[in-house]
Amino acid sequence: MRVYLAVFALLALDFWTHAVSTERPVDILVPHSSLNAVKVFLKKNNIPFTVMINNVQELLVREREEMVHNAEMERKSKSFNFAAYHDLETIYSFMDTLVASHSNLISKVNIGRTYENRTMYVLKFSTGGVKKPAIWIDAGIHAREWISHATAVWLADRIATDFMGNRAPVPSILSHMDIFLMIVANPDGYVFTHLSPNPHYRLWRKSRSATSNPKCPGVDLNRNWDAEFGGPGASDDPCAEDYRGPSAQSEIEVKNIVDFIMNHGNFKSFITIHSYMQLLMYPYGYSGTDAPDQPELHDVATSASKALNSWHGTVYKVGSIFHTIKPASGASVDWAYLRGIKYSFAFELRDTGRYGFLLPADQIVSTARETWFALRYIMKYVCDHPY
Amino acid sequence: MASTGDLEPTHYPARRAAQVALHYLNTHHGSPFRVFGLQQVHKASAEDVAAGGRKYKLDFSVTDWGSGSAGPALRCSADVLFPRTERHSAPKVELHCEALQQINSTAQEDDAFYQKYISPDSTVSARDIPDSFGNMSEEMQPFWRLARVAASFIMLRESSENTEFNMAKVASITQQESSEEQLMLEFVVLLHDFPSQEIVQWKLLASWSPDRGVRVLQTEWQPRCPHATKPPN
Repeated sequence: MRVYLAVFALLALDFWTHAVSTERPVDILVPHSSLNAVKVFLKKNNIPFTVMINNVQELLVREREEMVHNAEMERKSKSFNFAAYHDLETIYSFMDTLVASHSNLISKVNIGRTYENRTMYVLKFSTGGVKKPAIWIDAGIHAREWISHATAVWLADRIATDFMGNRAPVPSILSHMDIFLMIVANPDGYVFTHLSPNPHYRLWRKSRSATSNPKCPGVDLNRNWDAEFGGPGASDDPCAEDYRGPSAQSEIEVKNIVDFIMNHGNFKSFITIHSYMQLLMYPYGYSGTDAPDQPELHDVATSASKALNSWHGTVYKVGSIFHTIKPASGASVDWAYLRGIKYSFAFELRDTGRYGFLLPADQIVSTARETWFALRYIMKYVCDHPY
Repeated sequence: MASTGDLEPTHYPARRAAQVALHYLNTHHGSPFRVFGLQQVHKASAEDVAAGGRKYKLDFSVTDWGSGSAGPALRCSADVLFPRTERHSAPKVELHCEALQQINSTAQEDDAFYQKYISPDSTVSARDIPDSFGNMSEEMQPFWRLARVAASFIMLRESSENTEFNMAKVASITQQESSEEQLMLEFVVLLHDFPSQEIVQWKLLASWSPDRGVRVLQTEWQPRCPHATKPPN
C-alpha cells in the first residue's frame, strides 16, 4: 500500500478519505490531467474503483453560481425600501425576491386571475406538512388604502427574518401552522390608484369590473361576500362606493379567495387589513347581536391592541364591526366566521383622519411594526388555542 | 335605530357626535398653525329632545395637529344637537374646552405667514396637497391647515348622525386677490365620509387674517363623476 501512496502523491492526488486499511474504501479527488494515469494504474493493480462524481469542477461552479444568486437576492431584499409606497409590479417583484431568498420557507401560490386578468398571489409560509392548520392574512382589498399593502410587504419580510433568526414566537407558530399572506387582494384597483394623483384615480376603492351602469365600474370587494349579502350597510347602486355587486361572490377576486380557503379546509384564523381609523374589530358587521365567541374575540382583540400600543403609543379601539363602524353586510370577516373560522379580525390601520388614505410614507415602518405586535399576539393565541 | 342614555365611547354614535364638535372647534379656533383632531371620547350620552331632535352630551380629548406629537391633550365637553327636520339642517354645538387660552399661542407664526402672503404680488397656486404618497412641502402645510379649517365649516354644516367627515385631500389651492386686508383663498377640497365611504368634492372661497380668523364666503358642491346629479343632502 505504501508504494501506491507514493505513486498517488506523484500524481498530485487529493485524498478525501484516508487509507486506514485494505478493507476500507478510500475517496480520491483526481485532477483531469492525471485521470488516465490513475485509471490505468488502478486497473493494472486490480484495485476496484467507481466514479462517484464525474466532474467536481462543474458542481463547484454550479454551487458558486447559486451562492452568488442567493447573495444577490439577499442584497435585493435588504435594499428594498420598506419606507416607500410601491406599485404592483414592484410588489410582485419583491415577492419573487423574498421567495428566492427563503425558498425553504416561502412559496408563491397563484389563486386565480382578476377581472382585468392580473394574477392574484398568496405567499405561503410553511415548514412542511400537508394542510397544516393555517392563518389567512389579506391586505389591499380596498385599493386606496395604500398603508395596508405597504404594511403587508413589511410583514412578509418580518415573518421571514424572524423565522431565519429563530426569533420567538415565529418558529414555534410555523412548526404548528402555515401562514398565508395576500399582499394585494385587489390588483386591478391598486393599479388604477397609481395611474394619476387625480383623486378619481388615487382615491379609488372598489374593483374595476364592469357593472350594469357603464359610467360606474367597480364593486366594493368587502361587501361582496356570502354573509347576509343584501343586508344593511351595502348599496345596490353601482355608483356607490359600497356597491355590493349583483350577487354574493360575483366578483372573481372574492371567488378566488373563497375557493382557495374552502378547498384548503383547515384555516383557523382570518385577518383582513384595511385603513383608516385605528380599529381592531371582530364579527359581526351585518348584525348588532353578539357573535357566540364575542367575549373571547373581544379579549384577544383587546390584548392585541395593547401589544400594538406598547410600541409607539398608538391607540386602537376594539369592538364588533357593526358597533364600531356601522352595519355592514357581505363583509369578509363575517363570511369567514360563519364558515367556522373562529379567530376572524379586521384591522383599520393609521391614522384617524388627519391624512386618512394619504398617510405619509415616513409612517409606513412604524405602522407596520406596531401592527406586527398585534398580529404576533393573535397568531400566537390562535396557535395556543387549537380547535 | 339609535340608542338613548349612556353610549359606549368607542362605538360610532359617540364618535360621530364628537367629530361634529371637532368641526365646530376648528371653525372657531383653527388657523394656519392650529387644527384640532379627536384623541378620544371619554363619556357620552344621548337623549331625544322636544321638537324631534337628538342631543348628545360628550366628554372628550383633542390634540393640536399643528404641534405634532409633542402637543398636550385638551379636555373638552360639548352638547351636540342633531335636528330632526324634513330637510337637512346643520347640527348645533355648544362647546367648552379647558385651558384653550393656555395652549401655546401661534401669533408669531400667524403674523409671519400673513405678512408673507398678503403682499399684492403673492399668487400661491398648488394642486394635490398632499400628493399620492402623503407628501406635502413645509411651505404648503399652513395652506393645508387653512383648507382643513375652511372645510370644517362645510363638514359641520353637512353633518348628521349618519355621517363622519374628514378631509381626504386638497385638490387645489388658488390665491385670489386680497380683499379688506384678508388673505383670499379658493380651495377645492375632497371630503371623505366614513360610514358611506363616499368622497365628496367642494369648491370654496375663504378669507383669513390673524385678527378675523377663517371665514367661508362661498361654497359650491361639485359633481365628481358624470353620473352624479345632486349633492348628498
